[in-house]
Amino acid sequence: MSETRDMIVKPIFANNPIALQILGVCSALAVTSNLNTAVVMTLAVMAVTAFSSMFVSMMRNHMPSSIRIICQMTIIASLVIVVDQVLKAVAYDTSKQLSVFVGLIITNCIVMGRAEAFAMKNAPIPSFLDGIGNGLGYGAVLLFVGFIRELFGSGSLFGIEILPLVTNDGWYMSNGLLLLPPSAFFIIGLMIWLMRTYDTSQVEAPDFVIAKNSQKEAF
Amino acid sequence: MAAKNDTIGRTITVTVLLCVVCSVIVSAAAVLLKPQQLINKELDRQSNILAAAQIDYKGQDVQKLFAEKIVTKYVDLKTGKYVDKPATYRDAKRAAKDPALSTALTREQDIASIKRTADVMPVYLVSKGEQLEKVILPVHGYGLWSTLYGFLALEGDLNTVVGFGFYSHGETPGLGGEVDNPKWKALWPGKKVYAEGSMEPKLGLVKVAVVAGAPGSEFKVDALSGATITSNGVTKLVQFWMGKNGYATYLTSLKAGES
Repeated sequence: MSETRDMIVKPIFANNPIALQILGVCSALAVTSNLNTAVVMTLAVMAVTAFSSMFVSMMRNHMPSSIRIICQMTIIASLVIVVDQVLKAVAYDTSKQLSVFVGLIITNCIVMGRAEAFAMKNAPIPSFLDGIGNGLGYGAVLLFVGFIRELFGSGSLFGIEILPLVTNDGWYMSNGLLLLPPSAFFIIGLMIWLMRTYDTSQVEAPDFVIAKNSQKEAF
Repeated sequence: MAAKNDTIGRTITVTVLLCVVCSVIVSAAAVLLKPQQLINKELDRQSNILAAAQIDYKGQDVQKLFAEKIVTKYVDLKTGKYVDKPATYRDAKRAAKDPALSTALTREQDIASIKRTADVMPVYLVSKGEQLEKVILPVHGYGLWSTLYGFLALEGDLNTVVGFGFYSHGETPGLGGEVDNPKWKALWPGKKVYAEGSMEPKLGLVKVAVVAGAPGSEFKVDALSGATITSNGVTKLVQFWMGKNGYATYLTSLKAGES
């Protein structure tokens, strides 16, 4: 049982796909300007990672290794289209805001990464759970970033006003940078720093050591 | 992985099977969910029209309200007369791209950077008895990043703005995206499109704060700060659609009571 728990809980903090594996950052930049889209995107990615891992794992013993990436892509792409169609049918307004980013889940490295790294070597049920776990890990980062961006960028959470904006006769001057995608870079960077300060085992050994500057230059 | 998987026959079999299964799943999802999606799209369009006409639809059955309040008609932009809905017509976005249903604009005409206009556009009328109360006109034009699609509603005098709003755009959130800000939208009602006796649209966005009551203020709306290009785009699309290549002919004949 604890193994199952590990599989779901570990990717949230200890082995977070965005913070540790640095996968799937691209869409984390785009959909985190408010929490609504972040939540829907999380659910969509979770569904796609879980089911694609499961299907890839079911097929893993029959997949010719020469075309395995293409097979994985086909499964992932089909699932993404299904998710996109479902969103358009049940959550039309949010799907309008997410627009192309649902389609871009296909290129989300987390999905491919988990299919190739985990599902190809494990049974369907663990793969499914691994997908859920990684979706949750992705979601945790999205919600964290979305929380900061929406609160300080638009003064609201889930569209409900928390800090009254100057433009609406309040006192809070919103930070426009937070509404633009680059701000997510800063937030994710700071978050990774925080996480690695707390959990030093996440710090990677440097790829190379910078040589000491021994030469004295003449100034 | 066993070598038996890597034969050519095996590769082809797996590919074909996978493709068939995936395509069945995808098409099934698309076909089964289509009706619900169309309903959503229609609801979205209807609520945007109601919003432009300043009809409160929150918490009400949008479809019923729309059917009760609004009459859809089709107008030939050149003659300004009502026509039947063209057989191949599906929606305004598509009609503007279809060469059979649209006309290319010359560079001088195309101030809103939309390249083509549909020959026939839908208009939405709100009437009280025989009296025309509001007319809602679909408009679109290019901003900074994207084409903005919206509805402009005029009062029965065909000059005073009732409401204005966009239902689809991709402008920068917080800057050009402020076209969705209810505070900014609230600046529109009461503005006038045309000066007395003229059919040249005067309404537009200005950068200087508009002083209510000052001469000419009825033709001016505050531009969005930090979004010059979006603001210019909005001005141009209003001027295009209210001008002679847009609805001016229709509005003239409607005023004369000919349509």
